[in-house]
Amino acid sequence: MSIRAKYEKELQGIFDSLVLMCRHIEAAIEKCVKALTDCDFELARDVFEEEKQIDEMERSIEQACFKILLMETPVARDFREVSAALKMITDLERIGDQARDIAEIAIQFKDEGYIKKLTDITKMAVIVIQMVKDGVQAYINRDLELARSLDATDDKVDGLFNKVMADCIELVKKDPDNAEQAVMLLMINKYLERIGDHAVNIGEWVEFALTGSHPKKIK
Amino acid sequence: MDNKFNITVKNCDLYYGDFQALKNINIDIDEREVTAFIGPSGCGKSTFIKTFNRMNDLIEDCRITGEIKIGGENIYAKGTDVTLLRKNIGMVFQKPNPFPMSIYDNVAFAPRTFGIKKKTELDAIVERSLKQAGLWGEVKDRLRKNAMGLSGGQQQRLCIARALAAEPKILLMDEPTSALDPISTGKIEELINELKVDYTIVIVTHNMQQATRISDKTAFFLLGEIIEYAKTGELFSNPKDKRAENYITGRFG
Ligand SMILES: Nc1ncnc2c1ncn2[C@@H]1O[C@H](COP(=O)(O)OP(=O)(O)O)[C@@H](O)[C@H]1O
Ligand SMILES: [Mg+2]
Repeated sequence: MSIRAKYEKELQGIFDSLVLMCRHIEAAIEKCVKALTDCDFELARDVFEEEKQIDEMERSIEQACFKILLMETPVARDFREVSAALKMITDLERIGDQARDIAEIAIQFKDEGYIKKLTDITKMAVIVIQMVKDGVQAYINRDLELARSLDATDDKVDGLFNKVMADCIELVKKDPDNAEQAVMLLMINKYLERIGDHAVNIGEWVEFALTGSHPKKIK
Repeated sequence: MDNKFNITVKNCDLYYGDFQALKNINIDIDEREVTAFIGPSGCGKSTFIKTFNRMNDLIEDCRITGEIKIGGENIYAKGTDVTLLRKNIGMVFQKPNPFPMSIYDNVAFAPRTFGIKKKTELDAIVERSLKQAGLWGEVKDRLRKNAMGLSGGQQQRLCIARALAAEPKILLMDEPTSALDPISTGKIEELINELKVDYTIVIVTHNMQQATRISDKTAFFLLGEIIEYAKTGELFSNPKDKRAENYITGRFG
C-alpha cells in the first residue's frame, strides 16, 4: 500500500470512530431527555453508560490522531483535518458530560409532576441532536455549507432557551414553591443551550479544516 | 552591495541551449532569513540557486535574461566583479566536497585567495569559522590532518566553515543534508538557525520537515516556475495552489 493510501485509510478510521461517537451522543441526549419526560430512572442510568463510552471514544480517537501526527507528519489540509478532529472530540466529550448532567437532574425529579410542560425542552433536544449530527457529517463529507449553517440553527436553540427561562421566572413569581423545580429546569435548559454552542464549535473546526481559516480567528 | 543582502529577481528566464529551465521567475528574498526551495527533481531549484553567484557563467550554452539584484545591484550588469560576488555568496553542495588537503588549509583557502598571509590572522579566521560551523571542538587537535578523513557530517560542516571563512553575506545550500545521518543533519539545521542572525540563507531541500523546521519562507517550484511562495507556516498549513498541496502531501503523480 502506498504511504498516501495508508494515510487515507487511517483518516477513514478516524471518520468511522467519529460517526460511532456521534451515535453515542445522540443516544445520550435522547435518553436523558426521555428519562426526564417519562421519569424513567433506568434510562437515566443508561446515559451514564453512554457517557463512559463517549469518554473512551474520545481517548481512542485522540490516540489515532496523535499517531497520525507523529508517524505521518501531515501538512496542508491533511494536517488541518487531523487537528480539527482533535479539537472536535473535546467538544463531543463535553456534550457527553452535559447529557450526563441532565440525567443526574432527571433522577432527582421522582414522580412529583412538573410545574410546566416540557415541550420546549424536548424541542431543544431534537434541534441540538441534529446539530451535533450535522457537525460530524459536515466534517466527514467536507461540507462547508452544512458546517456554516450551524450558527443559524443555534439561534433557534437560543430562542427556546430564552423562552424557557422567561417561563420559569414567571412560575417562581406566581408561586415560590415552584422555585426548586424551576431552578432544575433552568439548569437543564442551560446544558442544552451549551450543547448547541459545542455543535457550533464543531462547525467552526470543520470550516478551519476545509478553508484553513477559523471563523473566530485572532485579528 | 555594502550592507543590504536581500535578493530580488524580476522576470528571470534561463535557457540551456534550446531548453528553458527557468520561466519568468519573480521573487523577493529577505536578508537574515532562511528561504527554502522545494519541488520535484529537475524543476530548476539548483539552476536557480546558482544564478545568485553566477555559477551558471561556467556552463556553456547557458543564457539568462531578466534581472537579479542583490542589495539593489544588478549582478549581471557589465562590470560586476564576479570574484567579489562569489566571496559574498558562499555555496554548500549536496555532497560534501572538501579539498584533498588539511582541515586547516581547507578553511584558510578563501582568505589566502583574498590575500591574507599572516599566520596569526589566518589562525584566527580558521578557529572562528570552525567554531561557527560547530566543528572546532571535534577537530582542533587535528587541524593538520587531511580533511578526507573526516566523517560525512564533519566534512559537510567543514565545507560550511570553508564557505564562512570567506566572510560571505549570503549562504546558498543545495540539499546540504541529503547525504547525512539524522544527527549530522540536526547539527547542520541548528547551525543554519544560528547563522541566519547574520546571513541570508537560501536552502534547497527535499525534506519537507526540514523546510518547516528551519525556513521562514518557502518557494515551491514546478517545471521551471515558482508556483507558490509564502511564509513557511502558511505554505505547509494552508497552501493556496492545488499543485503545491499535492506535492507536499505526497499526492503527486
Ligand atoms: N548543464 C545543464 N545543461 C543542460 N540542461 C541542464 C543542465 N543542468 C540542468 N539542466 C536541466 O535543467 C532542469 C533543471 O535542473 P536542476 O536545476 O538541476 O533541477 P533541480 O535542482 O530542481 O533538481 C532539468 O531538466 C535538467 O535536466
Ligand atoms: Mg538540484
